[in-house]
Amino acid sequence: MHKLLSKRPSLRALTLPGLAFLLAMFFGALLIAFSDSTVLKHIGHPLAFLKAAGVAVWQSYLALFEGSVYNPSLATPHDALLSWYPLSETLVTAAPLMLAGLSVALAFRAGLFNIGAQGQFIFGSIAASYVGFHFHLPLGVHLIAAVLAAVVAGALWGGLVGLLKARTGAHEVIVTIMLNYVALYFLMWLLGTTRFLRPGRRDPISPDVLTSARMPLLAGSNYRVNLGIFVALAAATFVWWLLTRSTWGFRFRAVGANSAAAKTAGISVPFVMTSVMAISGALAGLGGAVHVLGSDFSLTSGTAGNFGFDAITVALLGRAKPMGVVFASILFGALRAGGGTMQANTSTPIDIVLVIQALVVLFIAAPSVVKWVFRLKNVKTTGELAAKGWNG
Amino acid sequence: MNSLSAAERRRRRSLYIMAVLAVLSTLVFGLLQKRGQVVTYGFVLDKEWVLIQQWVINSRTAALLFGLIAIAASTVAFLQFRAGKTIGIASAFGAAGIMMSFLSWAAAGKFIPFTGLLQGALLLSVPLIFGSMAGVLSERSGVVNIAIEGQLLAGAFVSGVVASLTHSTFWGLVVAPFAGCLISTLLAIFAINFAIDQIILGFVLNVLVYGLTDFLYKKLLIPYQATWNSGPTLAAIKIPVLWKIPLIGPILFDQSIIVYLMYGVVFLISFSLFKTKWGLRTRAVGEHPTAADSVGIKVNRLRFMNVMIAGMVAGLGGAYFTVGGVGAFNKEMTAGKGFIALAALIFGRWTPWGAVSAALLFGFADNLQSVLGIIGTPIPSEFMLMVPYLVTVVAVTGFVGRVRAPAADGTPYKRGESH
Repeated sequence: MHKLLSKRPSLRALTLPGLAFLLAMFFGALLIAFSDSTVLKHIGHPLAFLKAAGVAVWQSYLALFEGSVYNPSLATPHDALLSWYPLSETLVTAAPLMLAGLSVALAFRAGLFNIGAQGQFIFGSIAASYVGFHFHLPLGVHLIAAVLAAVVAGALWGGLVGLLKARTGAHEVIVTIMLNYVALYFLMWLLGTTRFLRPGRRDPISPDVLTSARMPLLAGSNYRVNLGIFVALAAATFVWWLLTRSTWGFRFRAVGANSAAAKTAGISVPFVMTSVMAISGALAGLGGAVHVLGSDFSLTSGTAGNFGFDAITVALLGRAKPMGVVFASILFGALRAGGGTMQANTSTPIDIVLVIQALVVLFIAAPSVVKWVFRLKNVKTTGELAAKGWNG
Repeated sequence: MNSLSAAERRRRRSLYIMAVLAVLSTLVFGLLQKRGQVVTYGFVLDKEWVLIQQWVINSRTAALLFGLIAIAASTVAFLQFRAGKTIGIASAFGAAGIMMSFLSWAAAGKFIPFTGLLQGALLLSVPLIFGSMAGVLSERSGVVNIAIEGQLLAGAFVSGVVASLTHSTFWGLVVAPFAGCLISTLLAIFAINFAIDQIILGFVLNVLVYGLTDFLYKKLLIPYQATWNSGPTLAAIKIPVLWKIPLIGPILFDQSIIVYLMYGVVFLISFSLFKTKWGLRTRAVGEHPTAADSVGIKVNRLRFMNVMIAGMVAGLGGAYFTVGGVGAFNKEMTAGKGFIALAALIFGRWTPWGAVSAALLFGFADNLQSVLGIIGTPIPSEFMLMVPYLVTVVAVTGFVGRVRAPAADGTPYKRGESH
């Protein structure tokens, strides 16, 4: 545990995630090459095959970059800055992902695996959008009310898990997996009720959130980037402060490190479990709010997309640390944003992003693989992903 | 009554709940039902021997009748509990009575193909049963298997593609277990050899399989559908004589080969786990690996083997989605069935027959929801869909009895470390 607690901000800490990412991109490249029909035509001629494979991979990854960071062809004579438009899209995707990732990371640090960020995200977006489209409130107040509603909804849905674990010992993984489905079906039912149905529509979509409840745009109406990213960064700072500077955070980490010892030391483990899961849920709910009030504006059955599940990969890549989550969510946000462009412009589907995400996390979790591939020695690896199982 | 153990108190509490539900359903579905309409239960699906063609009854009378049966069963169960006897059969009658009372109320004025309802329930529980058997094999030997979903999906994908390429359901069936096994081998390597958290690992493997199959689906299966994704499907095989038995014949003995394989898998696993040397060793390794090691059992080798077999079982279950069902693979077509299988495993308390019963119950709830959705009922279908998940949450919170995982489930074994 002393390894986890000691702070050594060095570049070495980035070696493993960096190499894991490279390795995952390499496997992604193989997948692109070996599933491309024009590449496979040259299978009998090694040189031509390599060339075609290189072209296919280069085009896909270039599109990925152009869809997430910088695309010169978007610039207009009046506005050269527009070529950075993709970066705005990356930040739009990264903001809810960061919040949901922080939710998972915080729970990890207290020894809880929150698979339920998806359900908490759903409840957050339901609450935020309901307050956003149903009530008419003054500018500013409206946004704050909608955000607070989402935080409370997420906290309740998450806190329930902590309470059940504390009172009955029900494993949070099982409960959260099940509650994710309950949340999804609840959302689907809600969208069929007259209260949530958009007037004049019969398909399940809610009315748009009123302008007064939307996140203010940061860079003018040409870009979708909004206050959400700052909300997420503020939350990351809060989680960092909570974990490293507050008594509460110390208790959380103590329970995460060894709950029996924490109990002996006089820490109320049930209280910690419930409050961690409530804060965790609040963060994921806030993610739902940022998504609905910042970029999506309406509620559909697919509102939560994959955010809650991507959040787990984000938290794992970020090694359950707030700073790590910030970088990991921007990276995965970029992959998501760029993946759309890649799918539109090349024959490579966006789903390769999922493969890359899974592989990155797998390599992070099993550093021995990365070490073996790159013949590394003395790379910092911590045991924070040690196995526990149902009875842990 | 202070001498009752915690487990007995829980059982008594669940008996009280059943009694209250029985009385409530008699009142709400029976006595308070506004106007009685005729409900028709159909019992004949095909050309089996006819015992009874259909049963037409006033919905109010039926709901009342079944409610009273439930009350009587609850009473019997309670008396048996007081006398210290087992209460399984009486409880089953009670639950069935409550269910039928509800159904008679919900289907007032409608036709319910009863045999079809049960047949559909069995079909919907097939992947759940395969999945939960994979869970039993893996978790009883001490490796948490969250990756059931991924193993099912891999089996579905590979068997669909191979059946399409070879135009043969046989090859589709043969390769499916290997696809599942591939995923579970990854699980075994990382969980046993690298000692990584198995819950995280299972989660990541699911993401990996989702990603790979989504990717290949868009890249190959959609553009080249004719060659890659138009596989044949298995025909139903009627077992001579047996399929003619009224009611249960068409349900159990007029199915495709996968369903018959499933019967085999279930019987084999439930028998071997408790009656063979392998089963004893497997349970020992899952409960107390140190003790198992001390008598010469190779803990990690046995775990590795069992996890691989688990993957094969789940992979075969995956084939049910493609060659056993619609033929063509569809993106993410397992749709969370692997997680319901996990729920069934837990609800069934990690025992083969418990898991099968839970899977059948979840399959029934699922099919009931779709049948009621078609004929139109007062209950929103989304709430019916929540049932398996809510039931599982209730189960793990210990409301209906103690749910305990094998003691060493999820804990990697390393010789010389005390556990």
